[in-house]
Amino acid sequence: MKARQKRIALIVAGLAALGVAAVLVLNALNSNIALYISPTDVAAGKAPQGKLFRIGGMVKEGSIKREADGITIGFIVTDTEKDLPVAYKGILPDLFKEGKGVVAQGKLDGDRFVATEVLAKHDENYMPPEAAKALDDASARAAAKTAQEGAAPPPATPPATSSSPSIKY
Amino acid sequence: MNNRLINWFKYASPQSFYPLAGKMIPWFTALAVIFGIAGLWIGMAVAPTDFQQGEGYRIIFIHVPASWMSMFIYLVMAFWAALGLAYNTRLSGMMASALAPTGALMAFLSLWTGALWGKPMWGTWWVWDARLTSELILLFLYIGFIALQASIDDPRRADKAGAILALVGVVNIPIIYFSVKWWNTLHQGSSVSLTKSPSMAMLMLWGMLLMALSFWMYSIAVSLIRARSIMLERERNTEWVKDVLAGEGK
Repeated sequence: MKARQKRIALIVAGLAALGVAAVLVLNALNSNIALYISPTDVAAGKAPQGKLFRIGGMVKEGSIKREADGITIGFIVTDTEKDLPVAYKGILPDLFKEGKGVVAQGKLDGDRFVATEVLAKHDENYMPPEAAKALDDASARAAAKTAQEGAAPPPATPPATSSSPSIKY
Repeated sequence: MNNRLINWFKYASPQSFYPLAGKMIPWFTALAVIFGIAGLWIGMAVAPTDFQQGEGYRIIFIHVPASWMSMFIYLVMAFWAALGLAYNTRLSGMMASALAPTGALMAFLSLWTGALWGKPMWGTWWVWDARLTSELILLFLYIGFIALQASIDDPRRADKAGAILALVGVVNIPIIYFSVKWWNTLHQGSSVSLTKSPSMAMLMLWGMLLMALSFWMYSIAVSLIRARSIMLERERNTEWVKDVLAGEGK
């Protein structure tokens, strides 16, 4: 083997070893790297007790309510399997909407999650409003069709309107 | 076959690469300007408003190209570093050092535009999620590479130390790229990838790709300019540099 080939072999071997080490470290740290846990994790008791942590999921349709004190906003975060009620006092981001992604930081208070910070998580889709409306209409038509044809029609979810009183967009 | 090989090795010497780079710079600069104007025009004037983010999404036309470049430049830098370590060529180290400041600029731009975008959309400038944190590490890697090279006086030794740092840091690039797939992050997934069709309207995609091309051309042009000055500086005691300087003095 020439000296040059030795050096190349050394570089390749070094990179491979480094890659394996990185995979092992990242696997070990997996739960620390994740930014948030899901309502299912919370229900399974994986949430830290008495410590700040983040939950993430969708804001359940029709769940946003302003509570009696006039400042606290209540909503439900869902991962479609489990729901977690959240209470929050403060300013919500513009993209915070029912049916959209949300990440909230806070603590568990009994069965309720008291948030100190609420962030909106948007998806990777970018399109003009007309295209989004066309997609919504098409899925609404498809839902109506299955509701007509099916023996047990699933409850048709109304298209998201700006009916939530507390949120202005 | 033999001929082609000889041609490649010919341009591996600074002496013959210097004039070639000089000839290429105006072309890449012109392409950067043309693609940039076309991309900005489509991005800012032609592409439609987004259904959820309104006009605010348009920062994507800077943010995504800068992020792509920050990762890609690092890979190229590591490639030159490996080549330099393996073959001991003078040019490799010069190319790696020429790329680093542009890569750092791109990583900074990516983080900065990301913060400006995150505040109105997510509700925060910064969050320690996997995507943002690994991109910040990339910026630190670039800065570390520049600092390490600057701290060693002998350029050949500086190249070697820098090359090892650059190669070690390569492990961070797939982490940045796949972070949104592997972990829960606030940052959304990729809109454009090799494995699925893009989830963007056609015009938005065109604006972004043109801007990405413009960033590519800019990065190549600037790196070549920087590489040329490094060549002159490092080889200032050689005959060819004296010839070049005498020629430009006329």
